[in-house]
Amino acid sequence: MSHYEAPIRKPLVTGNKTYHDVTVDIARPIEGRANKLWWIVFGIALAAFLWGLGCIIYTVSTGIGVWGLNNTIEWAWDITNFVWWVGIGHAGTLISAVLLLFRQRWRMAVNRSAEAMTIFAVVQAGLFPIIHMGRPWLAYWVLPIPNQFGSLWVNFNSPLLWDVFAISTYLSVSLVFWYTGLLPDFAMIRDRAKLPFQKRIYSILSFGWSGKAKDWQRFEEVSLVLAGLATPLVLSVHTIVSFDFATSVVPGWHSTIFPPYFVAGAIFSGFAMVQTLLIIMRKVSNLEDYITIDHIELMNKVIIVTGGIVGGAYIIEYFIAWYSGSAYEDYTYLSFGAATGPYWWAFWALIFCNMIFPITLWWKSLRRNVMWTFILSIIINIGMWFERFDIIVLCLSKGRTPSTWAMFSPTFVDVGIFIGTIGFFFVLFLLYSRSFPVIAQAEVKSILKLSGDRYKNMRAEHGDDAQIYELPEQEPLEDFERLIEELENKNEEVTDESGNLAQTLILNIGKATQDMADDLKRLSGVNPTLELQLNQLGIYNYNQVINMTEKEYSILNQLISKFPIAKTKFWSGEANILNNN
Amino acid sequence: MADYTLMAIYDDDDHLVKALKETQAEKYHVEEIYTPFPVHGLDKVMGLPHTRLAINAFLYGVTGLFVAVWMMNFMMIEDWPRNIGGKPSFSYIENMPAFVPIMFEMTVFFAAHLMVITFYMRSKIWPFKKAENPDPRTTDDHFLMEVSATKENIQSIAEFLHGTGAKEVKLKQS
Repeated sequence: MSHYEAPIRKPLVTGNKTYHDVTVDIARPIEGRANKLWWIVFGIALAAFLWGLGCIIYTVSTGIGVWGLNNTIEWAWDITNFVWWVGIGHAGTLISAVLLLFRQRWRMAVNRSAEAMTIFAVVQAGLFPIIHMGRPWLAYWVLPIPNQFGSLWVNFNSPLLWDVFAISTYLSVSLVFWYTGLLPDFAMIRDRAKLPFQKRIYSILSFGWSGKAKDWQRFEEVSLVLAGLATPLVLSVHTIVSFDFATSVVPGWHSTIFPPYFVAGAIFSGFAMVQTLLIIMRKVSNLEDYITIDHIELMNKVIIVTGGIVGGAYIIEYFIAWYSGSAYEDYTYLSFGAATGPYWWAFWALIFCNMIFPITLWWKSLRRNVMWTFILSIIINIGMWFERFDIIVLCLSKGRTPSTWAMFSPTFVDVGIFIGTIGFFFVLFLLYSRSFPVIAQAEVKSILKLSGDRYKNMRAEHGDDAQIYELPEQEPLEDFERLIEELENKNEEVTDESGNLAQTLILNIGKATQDMADDLKRLSGVNPTLELQLNQLGIYNYNQVINMTEKEYSILNQLISKFPIAKTKFWSGEANILNNN
Repeated sequence: MADYTLMAIYDDDDHLVKALKETQAEKYHVEEIYTPFPVHGLDKVMGLPHTRLAINAFLYGVTGLFVAVWMMNFMMIEDWPRNIGGKPSFSYIENMPAFVPIMFEMTVFFAAHLMVITFYMRSKIWPFKKAENPDPRTTDDHFLMEVSATKENIQSIAEFLHGTGAKEVKLKQS
């Protein structure tokens, strides 16, 4: 089979990786121990999360009055944060779905983490409307269920209800998309796990994935159809979030440009957050061969495009506000009034962070500069927070009646909840980075021959149709006819029920002597005493353990008192791995 | 009759596909193939029929759309019509523009979730399911082909598989 890819395309996997190298590299962060830096960052994130939790408890137990809201500005930090987090939660599904439909192979290095980021960000986003309800235990009132006063239903004309449906569909579909993709990778971790506890956990998580040909066929079909469904879904979600504003009558909100502009802004900020996270992760987890500088550049190009759309929309909004000649449009978030009024700093933060600084990415050297990309990604995140702050607070602060004009100042609770969600987000992401395969290794392996530098170089050297694999060193063939006979005899012997159970056992699993002994204590549940007892029966090495079946375990159970029969289900797997080491 | 199963293990996907074609040419029966990643074209060579999950997803999506229409028609039009902003809810079709977002979301919701559930059921994967791959290396970098054999021809099949360059040929013991 030819794996031709145009030589002009840069390799997506560098470092001369083989299939096994991919496995080892992806499993390393999970199998190794966390370093000090991880614990420090985790501690900070946890502290921030706990502080946020305290602020949430304070808000819920005292009331929304502890926030800085007033009669004029009845939405501020909470909805700003909500839209900011939902926006961040757009890049993951975009990478996994839209880029899959466009057959962009570079997505495979980043999709897993981007989807994780999506899910964690949407969780943060969902917190804000629920807290803002004031009585979060009544959150189920947004569901279409008859209430206790009669069958008064939720209002399906309201964009806020559309949000409930859109975001819960988005969260659950993203979760399922992510998880289905994780199954083969969890299976890989499961089959490598040495400790019984790890093996158990990953065996549950992997849903018993075995990698049969038919399962893979279905897996690919499901991925493709989910991508097809998720693509309009991801566009719909932020469209509907923008309807929260666009269907209102507030000047500055009532704008038909909002849906496409919000979607572009969401992807813009989402990719910025992906850059922030992955630039750290590729360093900490040594994944530079998978998330290469080319990946960073490609994501920067997406940022240029979406940032350009956002910048264009700003200019149009500014122009239309002026061109309308309406006095009420004088103080929308993109207008002369905003640029020079009391919120000038918020206006200019938006312009500089989202329009001016991203222009630097037009230079290739800066686009490929990891440090600058990292700094810029944080600048964009700040800018996109200000965008939502400006839309919400600026537009509300000077409404149609001058007597209601007001400014907003946040309290420590507003700030605390925001910091808390950032902490919560990083707690989740840090836990994820140490327990989940952070790169979709099965997918990376499937493109390795196409886009890995090892195979690209081989083709460059030997021609495009050359055989790019070596024949393995073959193990000598066994005598299968004898094996079958032994197998049949064995079955007879066990039914034989002779008093010589120990002899039968050794006959079934093969002989070994003291000088071939392995360290049986490394098997689950084997202590020195048990090892001695096993040795006395003639069981010395892992090969014998591999040959054991339920029958042999039950014989051992009869022969040895307090034999840990429950642990034996791990033995053959463990012995197999230990044997190969 | 297939009394026994031989497992031929390869360490390369191209090699596996080549060996599979040779095995099929000899008219030996390939029971199952375990691979660490989706090997493109393997299902075609194996002669697996197309999966119908996509058709399923379409039907589930249509179901979701109808559920959404039925739900909002019942709640907003029939059971408790409300006059919102001077726009009374007496007709579904006239009020439909406001219902389009949720019609869309419910379509996606039903199609995505029911398709994935169907996938899990059909492939028999769920929590606490025991993995069936006979060798743990098949999720790493090894490719395992299971070939049926009888007592009479097992040795010749094993030799044939060895001849295809298999790294190991083993007897599957169940």
